[in-house]
Amino acid sequence: MENNVIVVTSGKGGVGKTTTTANIGTGLAKLGKKVCLIDTDIGLRNLDVVMGLENRIVYNLVDVIEGNCRMKQALIRDKRHQGLYLMPSAQTRDKTAVSPGQMVKVIEHLKDQFDYVILDCPAGIEQGFQNAIAGAQRAIVVTTPEVSAIRDADRIIGLLEAGGFTQMDLIINRLRPEMVRRGDMMSSADVVDILGIPLLGVIPDDESVVVATNQGDPLVGGTSPAGMAYANVVGRIEGQEIPFLNFEKSISFFSRVTGIFHRQWEAGK
Amino acid sequence: MRFFKRRSSCQVARDRLKILLITDRVNCSPEMVELIKKDITRVISKYVKIDTDNMEIQICAKKGSSRSGKAPVLYANIPILDLQKQGRQLL
Repeated sequence: MENNVIVVTSGKGGVGKTTTTANIGTGLAKLGKKVCLIDTDIGLRNLDVVMGLENRIVYNLVDVIEGNCRMKQALIRDKRHQGLYLMPSAQTRDKTAVSPGQMVKVIEHLKDQFDYVILDCPAGIEQGFQNAIAGAQRAIVVTTPEVSAIRDADRIIGLLEAGGFTQMDLIINRLRPEMVRRGDMMSSADVVDILGIPLLGVIPDDESVVVATNQGDPLVGGTSPAGMAYANVVGRIEGQEIPFLNFEKSISFFSRVTGIFHRQWEAGK
Repeated sequence: MRFFKRRSSCQVARDRLKILLITDRVNCSPEMVELIKKDITRVISKYVKIDTDNMEIQICAKKGSSRSGKAPVLYANIPILDLQKQGRQLL
């Protein structure tokens, strides 16, 4: 299968790479795809926690590379979705434990067994980033509508271009429609205009993301605005034509809808 | 109209980013632009008298072939005060 190794990257930390990786992976698994997520942030692993799999880790990526275990032993099966696996990162090592060449080898081994291999990239542009992009064929760049995050995303896009990437798509995370409407936040159109790569999805700022992370259960496919937005992203990765949710203009409708969901959730408690 | 309408913070962010990214992309810092400005001033002053207070040197975007359709250009606007300086003195 072509272009099934995807790196999720951003440059700046804290913009939602890990959340995005977890949700895209889970969403693809919900569509029946066989998906392997790899946490490449060595020393600061987080994807296991966001997925709620932190108690199942025995071996990790560095163990595989150093030959302490077989590939299969390090892959953790997700507790909810069949076909979804996580290769955790090592917590007690640092990024120098892995080289880009070793990452390429691991990915070569995995990509024929899975429909998708998705790599969660660490923040920054040093070796951790180089390791994460080494074996990938396409990239998803995550940013928020803020000056610092967009600046870093632009730098990352430049580095990816220099690294020979031809397919790079943009996810704009934590957009706040009401702020866009009153002119205090850049719109998705503004960000796309500045960065100049195709838009894959816009994820609204949503408290449910924090709740989902607390519980270790990605919210993709649920009724929350972010869950719906991630489901659309997953559909677009699968090649479906899905119109963008337009939070920015139909704000009254949007807040009414979220208001209803919120009330239902409150009532259901 | 302008009196009542303050520039939105979104507009400010967009404008700041546009300038920031152009200098980032060509790997050119504001300090470097300042150095370029000094050197250009020095060279041109050899031949003509220029208005250094009102000269503008900046890197800005021009429609081109790069990613977002804009390529960086060095823009210089240097008002000449006296063309007759030619050959009179060197620095």
